[in-house]
Amino acid sequence: MALAREVALPGGTRIFEEGEKADRFWVIRSGTVALDVHMPGRGRAVVETIGAGSLLGWSWLCPPRQWHLAAETRDPVRAWEFDAAAVHDLCAEDTALGLSLVTAVAETIGDRLRATRTRLLDLYGPPGPQGSWPVP
Amino acid sequence: MTLTPRSYRVVDRRDETHDTVTLVLEPAANAVKPFAPGQFAMLYAFGVGEIPVSVSRLADGHRLTHTVRAVGAVSRALCGLRTGGWVGVRGPFGTAWDSAAAHGNDLLVIAGGIGLAPLRPLVDAVLAEPHAFGRLNVLAGSRTPADLLYQDEFPAWEKPFAAVTVDRPANGWTGRVGVVTTLLREARFTPSDTVAFVCGPEVMMRATARALIHQGVRPDRIRVSLERNMRCATGHCGHCQLGPLLLCRDGPVVGYDQAEPLLTVREL
Repeated sequence: MALAREVALPGGTRIFEEGEKADRFWVIRSGTVALDVHMPGRGRAVVETIGAGSLLGWSWLCPPRQWHLAAETRDPVRAWEFDAAAVHDLCAEDTALGLSLVTAVAETIGDRLRATRTRLLDLYGPPGPQGSWPVP
Repeated sequence: MTLTPRSYRVVDRRDETHDTVTLVLEPAANAVKPFAPGQFAMLYAFGVGEIPVSVSRLADGHRLTHTVRAVGAVSRALCGLRTGGWVGVRGPFGTAWDSAAAHGNDLLVIAGGIGLAPLRPLVDAVLAEPHAFGRLNVLAGSRTPADLLYQDEFPAWEKPFAAVTVDRPANGWTGRVGVVTTLLREARFTPSDTVAFVCGPEVMMRATARALIHQGVRPDRIRVSLERNMRCATGHCGHCQLGPLLLCRDGPVVGYDQAEPLLTVREL
């Protein structure tokens, strides 16, 4: 945690933009951050929101170290901000720490990949031919 | 008697969303027996056909409340009914959300899409005796903000805890975006002392159950409501068979410990 600094971001803050250099990451302590992607001619589309306890940003971990999405605070956010280069250096020195960190980040990436694939199945679409449960 | 529909008149009708309607029905003469949360009726649209629809509120007296989404011929006919229209009703059928088994535990009520409808009577029952339970969490996922049911009731549910997430946010939506399992991070529950009630599309229930188990909720404490093709609703025709279960009789509500192996079988 010595590599982290506490930050407070007002609602509506653009934290990073798609394509920019990914040199930091955050662990959100409170508040909500929206991840969005710019669609030409259609503006920004929010693809996910993340909240307290979540890791914000993993593009710093591997090349090309550029943000794949953009991030904006939905409301006031408090977070721990980490310098990615310093964390990389520390992980190179302490490989056990590095493995733990990469495992934790991979878990986050996996969660978001699974969620994305589930959404591709049109998660909340009509349940069946009859339209109401138990076939509610 | 469960094979003979009884005539009910539509006494109230409310458009919930662009394709979903809540109907309040009153018996013309003899009423069917009282329902428990999670049970369903076979609703017959005269001249069109019959479908199973869960009760979406346990109203006073003999009235029945059902929420129907128009996706097929029968459900479209039901959604098209106006006040004064007639419906045939058989029921009650199936297993219920066994809220008594959750006494003293935290509760997770997790809905996807119209799956919130059969869970609403459970939420009502829990709110009616809050001291019997631990912390109540109502988590709902919806395709878009416009598809979200019972929006005017969420303020009452937020006092315990309620959260909504959508797949596709419309302009101006300031709420959460993502799958319903992401809301678990904010929910207030102790996994070892929690009972979860989950209703929605099967893929949503599977993903939710897996996330709950990963967090430490026991599979036999997760209840899901399964959807199959129900016809007779009395366990005789076999259309709703899922492995050893006839879901109209043995379901729709079953424990995930029982449902999980059946939901992962490729061919039955």
